[in-house]
Amino acid sequence: MKALLLMGCPELPVQTAAALYIANKLNGEGFEVTAAGNKAAISLLLNSDPEKHYIKKVMDLDRCIGALAEKKMETDLCFVFIHSDSGISYLATVRSLSKAKTVAVIFGKDIEQLIEASAGSIIIAAKAVHNPTPLRAQIDGVKSWAALTK
Amino acid sequence: MNYEILLPNSGFRECADFIKKNFKEVYYVPPGYRIFDSYIIGVPPIPIAVEGDDVILPYTKPCHGCFVLRIPGKEEAERVRKGK
Repeated sequence: MKALLLMGCPELPVQTAAALYIANKLNGEGFEVTAAGNKAAISLLLNSDPEKHYIKKVMDLDRCIGALAEKKMETDLCFVFIHSDSGISYLATVRSLSKAKTVAVIFGKDIEQLIEASAGSIIIAAKAVHNPTPLRAQIDGVKSWAALTK
Repeated sequence: MNYEILLPNSGFRECADFIKKNFKEVYYVPPGYRIFDSYIIGVPPIPIAVEGDDVILPYTKPCHGCFVLRIPGKEEAERVRKGK
């Protein structure tokens, strides 16, 4: 099973923490996890996990979208990190390009509209900017990510 | 790449509306449509306009939101017109 973490702009601190936390859960269930993001988002991940205990593989966000569009890459589960309108655009793009089950990981201060715009995906949402605990509680509410791929 | 920013730092919906309201020749493409060696990001249906030899398109970046860009490119303009 493959899982893709599609990271947004890393301006909100909870994103990196949530990505590492989700990756740990996915690794525990036997997923092969790839994280895609821009240079800053990937740099934050790799500096937080220098020995790659959680994130085994990373790739540039534009390259990842290209690989999905050209059907050179597929995944079973795709987590799209969303705290702005751009995140919604990336979610819609992944849904159009991939057969993967999509999970919208929504955070920030104003999440209601983002939740509404993510209808059709599994939604993990919490008002969180600096403190990842509310988001972690939502992530923990899912007992098996592998079950969602079946 | 040579481009002009027609609408900076906006939401995708605003950019799509801007293109639909301000250009006559508008085509619709799916997310991931490849143009100018880039892949269009957005919520379908995604409007792209053609004016002369210029292509007008929404361009999304994670940290900066969505922009409307005007990019000169005769071959790409023709390709959009032909629906390829």
